[in-house]
Amino acid sequence: MTTNIQDSPRTALSNPPVQPGQSNLGQPAVRRSSAGGPVAEQPTPLTEVAKLIDVSKCIGCKACQSACIEWNDTHPEIETNVGVYENPHDLTPEMFTLMRFAEYDNPDNGNFEWLIRKDGCMHCEEPGCLKACPAPGAIVQYTNGIVDFIHENCIGCGYCVSGCPFDIPRISQKTHVAYKCTLCSDRVAVGQGPACAKACPTHAIVFGTKEDMKIHAAARIEDLKSRGYENAGLYDPPGVGGTHVMYVLHHADKPGIYNDLPEDPQISPVVEGWKGPTKTVGLAAIGLAAVGSVVMGLFSRSAVADEDEHQAQEMVDRAAAGLPVDPIPGREQV
Amino acid sequence: MARRVYSEPGDRIVSTAPVAVNRYRGWTRLNHWITAASLILLALSGFALFHPSLYWLTGLFGGGQTTRWIHPFIGIVLVASFVLLFLQLVKYNIMRREDLVWARRFRDVVSGHEDRLPELGKYNLGQKFIFWGMFWLILVLIVTGIMVWEQYFGGLVTIPTRRVAILVHSISAVLILLVFIIHVFAAIWTRGTLSAMTTGNVSGGWAWRHHRKWLRELAGRQKVDPAE
Amino acid sequence: MTNSWTDIKNTDLVIVMGGNAAEAHPCGFKWVTEAKHQRGAKLIVVDPRFTRTASVADYYAPIRPGSDIAFLMGLIRYMIENDKVQWEYVKAFTNASLIVKDEFGWADGLFTGYDEEKRDYDKSSWDYVIGDDGFAVTDPTLQNPRCVWNLLKAHVDVYTPEMVERITGTPKDRFLKIAEMIGECSSPTKTMTSMYALGWTQHSKGAQNIRGMAMLQLILGNIGVRGGGMNALRGHSNIQGLTDIGLMSNLIPGYLNIPTEREADWATYMTSRAFKPLRPGQTSYWQNYPKFMVSFMKSMWGDAAQKDNDWAYHYLPKLDVPSYDILRMYELMDEGRVNLYFCQGFNPLLATPNRDKVTRAFSKLKLLVTMDPLETETARFWENHGAHNDVDTAAIQTEVIQLPSSCFAEDEGALVNSGRWLQWHWKASDMPGEARNDVWIMAQIFLRVRELYRTEGGAFPDPILNLTWDYADPNEPHPEELAREMNGRALSAVYDPTDPTKVVAEPGKQLLNFSQLRDDGSTASGCWIYSGSFNEAGNNMARRDNADPDDTGAYPNWTWSWPLNRRTLYNRASCDLNGKPWDPTRKIIEWDGEKWSGYDVPDISPTAKPGEVMPFIMNQEGVSRLFSRGLMRDGPFPTHMEPFESPVENVFNKRMRGNPVVRVFAKDAADLGTSDEFPFVATSYRLTEHFHYWTKHNVVNAALQPEFFVEISEELAAERGIERGGRVRVWSKRGEVWAVALVTKRIKPMICDGKTVHVVGIPLHWGFVGAARKGWGPNSLTPVLGDANVETPEFKAFLVNIEPAVGEAVS
Repeated sequence: MTTNIQDSPRTALSNPPVQPGQSNLGQPAVRRSSAGGPVAEQPTPLTEVAKLIDVSKCIGCKACQSACIEWNDTHPEIETNVGVYENPHDLTPEMFTLMRFAEYDNPDNGNFEWLIRKDGCMHCEEPGCLKACPAPGAIVQYTNGIVDFIHENCIGCGYCVSGCPFDIPRISQKTHVAYKCTLCSDRVAVGQGPACAKACPTHAIVFGTKEDMKIHAAARIEDLKSRGYENAGLYDPPGVGGTHVMYVLHHADKPGIYNDLPEDPQISPVVEGWKGPTKTVGLAAIGLAAVGSVVMGLFSRSAVADEDEHQAQEMVDRAAAGLPVDPIPGREQV
Repeated sequence: MARRVYSEPGDRIVSTAPVAVNRYRGWTRLNHWITAASLILLALSGFALFHPSLYWLTGLFGGGQTTRWIHPFIGIVLVASFVLLFLQLVKYNIMRREDLVWARRFRDVVSGHEDRLPELGKYNLGQKFIFWGMFWLILVLIVTGIMVWEQYFGGLVTIPTRRVAILVHSISAVLILLVFIIHVFAAIWTRGTLSAMTTGNVSGGWAWRHHRKWLRELAGRQKVDPAE
Repeated sequence: MTNSWTDIKNTDLVIVMGGNAAEAHPCGFKWVTEAKHQRGAKLIVVDPRFTRTASVADYYAPIRPGSDIAFLMGLIRYMIENDKVQWEYVKAFTNASLIVKDEFGWADGLFTGYDEEKRDYDKSSWDYVIGDDGFAVTDPTLQNPRCVWNLLKAHVDVYTPEMVERITGTPKDRFLKIAEMIGECSSPTKTMTSMYALGWTQHSKGAQNIRGMAMLQLILGNIGVRGGGMNALRGHSNIQGLTDIGLMSNLIPGYLNIPTEREADWATYMTSRAFKPLRPGQTSYWQNYPKFMVSFMKSMWGDAAQKDNDWAYHYLPKLDVPSYDILRMYELMDEGRVNLYFCQGFNPLLATPNRDKVTRAFSKLKLLVTMDPLETETARFWENHGAHNDVDTAAIQTEVIQLPSSCFAEDEGALVNSGRWLQWHWKASDMPGEARNDVWIMAQIFLRVRELYRTEGGAFPDPILNLTWDYADPNEPHPEELAREMNGRALSAVYDPTDPTKVVAEPGKQLLNFSQLRDDGSTASGCWIYSGSFNEAGNNMARRDNADPDDTGAYPNWTWSWPLNRRTLYNRASCDLNGKPWDPTRKIIEWDGEKWSGYDVPDISPTAKPGEVMPFIMNQEGVSRLFSRGLMRDGPFPTHMEPFESPVENVFNKRMRGNPVVRVFAKDAADLGTSDEFPFVATSYRLTEHFHYWTKHNVVNAALQPEFFVEISEELAAERGIERGGRVRVWSKRGEVWAVALVTKRIKPMICDGKTVHVVGIPLHWGFVGAARKGWGPNSLTPVLGDANVETPEFKAFLVNIEPAVGEAVS
C-alpha cells in the first residue's frame, strides 16, 4: 500500500508515516529552475516548509552532521584537529552541514558565551545559486520552498558558489558537480522530516510549515527574552526573500557573532549585474555589431584600384633598378 | 643590409609582374589561425554558459560538463598561441606619429580617400587597435578566468573577488567578441586583405594603397637581394 | 537515578555538576530542554570547563577539579543561614532530629577515630544514641546540640562563601548567585534536580561528593518528588544493569553481598544483616534480606541448596579483602600473582589508570582473553605502535586470545538505563564472521570447565557441578530464559503470609514480584530487584505503551522499571505527613484515607499510614540520613579533602594528602607527583562525537572528531608559548602523551588559596586501533587511586605539566 502524500510537511517531532509513499516533489512541483530550465506549468501548490534551528537549544553534539552523513551516504575525510571543535573543518561536497563554534565574550554583561550554529543551506526564497547557475534545470526550487540541486544537470562550473550569499555550495573534485543540503527533499517528499531534525536530541532543529515554525520561534523568543536575552529574535533575512531554514538567535541584533552569519544577506549586486545587464546588454551588443558589420559590408568596401597596382609596380621596378623609392613629393609625410 | 623598421624579416616581394608581396610566413598564418580557432571555440563555449538561450551550444562540445571542462583549457591554448603571435608582431604595432593623423582622418579611411592619409607601415591604427585590444582583453580574461576556474583554483580568491572576476570576465568576453567582429569585418571590408592570412600574399596595389611605407621598405630591400 | 529521564521535564531547576549531560548524555538531555522550554526551568552548570552543557545554561560557574565538597557544604551552609530549608520535610523525613553520640566530632579535617597507621577510622563514635527501648533517641524540636541538625550546622559553618572561593576558585559572586537560585527550591512547590556522572564519581572521595548533593536535596525537600532527585547519569547503555546484576567483586545480584572470610557460616553472615528498625513502626525493608538471599541460592544451586546445608552457603567464595576491584587486580597482576585474565567488553589498556602499569601487568600474564565486538588496544597491548604503544614485543610472552562477540543490535535482551528501566530489545542483524554472543561464549566455557571437574575432579567441584543449568539449549541459554530466571519462580506452592491456606503462586509459575519471595526454599530468584520484570503477565520489559496519563512523565507501561515498576524512588516523600502532595500540581501518589495510590507504584506499603511509617523504607530509621553513621569509610558528613595530586594544601590540615582512608599501594604512592614538578590540574572527560573507545572505529564519528587534543586556556597557552593547533607534550609522574593544543576561552585560570590554578582538559576516545587518528587516553597520566568506598579511580583531578612539543608530529 502506498500513501499519496499530497501536501503534508511533518515535523521531526511527530511520527512520520511508515508506509511507502509517493513523492510529492519532482518536476510537477518545480516553480523555478535555473537558466530557463523547465518549470511546471501549473506547479503542485505545496505549503511552504521551513527548518527552524534554535541556536539556544543546540548543544553542538553533531548528531545532525552524523545523520546527514548517514542519510546522504557521504564520506567526509578523517582530517586532523587544528585546535578547534569544527570537523570537518568546513562544509565539503561530502559534508552538507557543519556545527560552527564561536567563543564570545558578551560585552554587555561580562558573561562568556559559546555560540554554536549549525551551518548549511538556508534555502532562500530568492536563491542566489539558482540565479547564478548557467545550466538549465541544475538548480530548482519547489513550491514548498526547497532549493534542490539536480546533479545530472549540473556542469560543475561553480557559479552557484559565487551566487550564494552564505558560502554554501561545494564542488566535488571527484564527480564535478555541486553539493549542498537538500533539506532532505527526498524525505520531505514522502512526509518525513529532514534527517538532521530527526536526529537532533534536544529538538533544537524542528521542521514543519514555515508558518508553524514562525509561531514556534515566537514562543522560543519570548522564553529567551524572559531569560534576559533582550535581542532574541528570528533570522529569516528579507534580503533574500526570507529563507526556508531559519534560526532562533539569542542575539538577533548581531548575527555576525555566530561565525559570520551575514547581517543582511542578499544576492550580491555584482552577481545581479552579471546575470542581469551584462548578460542582455552584452548579447545585444555582439548581435548588433555582427548585424551592423554585415549591413555595412553590403553597402561599402575599400578596394584596390588598378592605379594602385600600377604605382606599386613602378616602385618595385625602380627599386629593382636601384633607383630611389622615396615618397612622392607632395604626399604628406609624418 | 637596409634598416628594417616596418617589416618583418620574412616579409618580401615574391613576384614583380604583377607585384605580389608576402605579408605572413606560413607558420605565422598557422599561429594566427590557431588563435582564431581558439577564440571561436571559446566564444561558442563561453556563449553556452553566458546566456541560457545559448546553452544548446554545449551540444557542440558534448554536453555541459565537457563544455565547462574544456573552455579553460582552450583559453590556455589561446593564450599560448597569442603570446607567440604577440612576440612576432608587437614591434610593428607600436604607436607612431602617423597613427594620430590616421585617426584624425578616420572619415577618409571609411570613405576610401586614402590619398589624404599619411603613408603607413605594416599596420594602421585600426589594426593596432585590434592587436592591443586582443592583448589586454586576453590578459584580463585569463586572469579572471583562472580566478573562477573551479576545478583547479577553487579556493584561490574569496567569493566576493570571484564574483567581480566573473563579472569582469563576462564583460571582457563581450568586448573581445566586439573586437573580433571588427577584425573580421575590416579584413573583409578591405578587399584584398584576406589572402594575407590564406596564401600569405597581398597584391602590390594593396600594399601600395594601405601600407606604402612597408612596401617601400620591402622594395628597397629587394635590390640588395642577390637572389632576385 | 532516583527518578527517571522523562521525569526531568517536571523540574524547575537543573543543576549539572560533576557531569556534562549535554555532552555525554545528549539524548537524555532532551528532557532538560523540555523542562526549560515547557516549564521555564533554569539550568545551572558548575564545571572546571565551560562545557557544551554550559553553552545552554542560564548560569555557569567554574570550579577547581576535586573541590566539589567545599562548594556543596557551602551551599548547605547558605541554606541553613538563609532559612532556605523545607522544614517540614527535614524534620519528618530526615534524621535531623536524631541524637549522635557525644564522642563524635570533627577537627583538623578529620573525624574522630582516625588511625594514621591503618589509614582507617574507628567508626564506633559515628552513631546514634540508642535509648533504653532499643530505638535511636530523637529531639523533634532540634534543640539538642547533639542532634544531627545541629552537628551538621556546626560542620558546615566553616564553609563560608569566602572559604568556598578560597578552596574551589569559584568567584564568590557566582557562588552566591547559584546559592540564591538553588535556595528558591526549598519551597514545597519548587524542585531542583541534580544530574551528575563521572565528574563526581571518579575522585578519591567520589561517594562523598554525591552525598553532599543528596544532603542538599534532602534539606530542600527534593527527594522523592517529581522533577527532583539525585540522578546519576550512567555512562554505558547497560552499566546500570551491570551494577544491578552485581558484576563487582564484592556483590552478588540485587546489591547483596559476597560474604567475607569473617562470615564463615550462614548464621554469622545473617547476624550483621538483621536490619532491625531504629525507630518504632518503621519498615526497614532490608529485613527481608534472607528471602532475597535464599531465593538467590536456590536459583543458583536448586536442590543442592537446602535449609539443612545453609542453602549451600559454603559454595560462595569468601572475600579475604574488601574487594578485588580493578585497581587491586592490576596490582596483583603486576606482582605476577595472576595467570589468566578474562576481559569481557572492556578495554583496560585505555581505561585503567597508569597505562604503564597496565602494560607491565599484562606482560606478566600467561593468558589474556578478550571478548569484544571491536578490536581493542587491550588485545593488542603487545604490539609496537611507535610512540603510541612503545613496547618490546619480543619480551612479552603473554598469549592473547580474542573472542569476537556481538554488538547490541545483534542480540536480544534488556538494557537497563539510568532511570532503572529494563528495556527489552530485539535482534536486528546477524553477527559478522565468527562472532558469537557473550552468552554462548560463556556457556561454552562453563560446559567445558564443568566437564573437566566431572572427569578430573578437583579441590571443590560441587559449586560447579551443581550449578543450575536447565536451559533448553545448554550451549546457548536464551535471553528470555535468563530473564525469567532473574525474575524468579515458585519451586513449591507459595502461600499468603496473612492467610496460610491461600496459595499466591503455584509451583513452577513465575513469581509476581519480590513480595512473593520466601526464605524457606519455596522460591528461586536470580536477582530480587528484577523480580516482576518477567512474571506470568509476560515479558514486562518488552512493553511499549507510551501512554502517560496526565503527562506526569511516569510512562508506567513503557517497559519495566525496578523495583516493582516504580519510576520514582522514595515517592512517598512527595507527600506531607497527612499524605497530601507537597505540590498538588506535581502529584505522584496520595493517601486517600485507606491506601496510597496515584500515577506511580507507591514506595511504601500501600496501607502504611502517612503519619506513622516514614518514606525511606530501606533505612532502619525510616528516614533519610543527613548523617550517615558508619556506613561510609571516610566520614558521616562530607568534609573537604584535596585530590591526592593537588596544587594546594588542604586548608584544614596541611599534613593531610588526599582522602585519608583511601587504599594506596606502595608503588603507586611513589608514583604521585607534586605541584612543584607538575603545576597544572588535569581532568579527563568524554566528547559527544564519540562513545568511549568504540566509535573511533566508525568512520563517521572519526570524521567528526578525528584526533586527540587537550584543552587549555589562552593564559596557559601564552605562559607556555603554546599555539592554537600546535603540538604539545603533556606529562605526569606516570607517563606522557602528545596532543594538539585546543586553546580556548572556555577554560580560565582560577585563584585557589592565593595561587593561580590552570586546568588542562584531556578528553578520552583515542588509541592506536580504529579509523580515527592514533592518540592516547588520559590513563597514560592518571594515578592508581580509588574512591575510599567503591574504588572508582581518580580520573578527574591529577597533576600534569605541559610544553610545546619539539620535533615531528607523531600521529
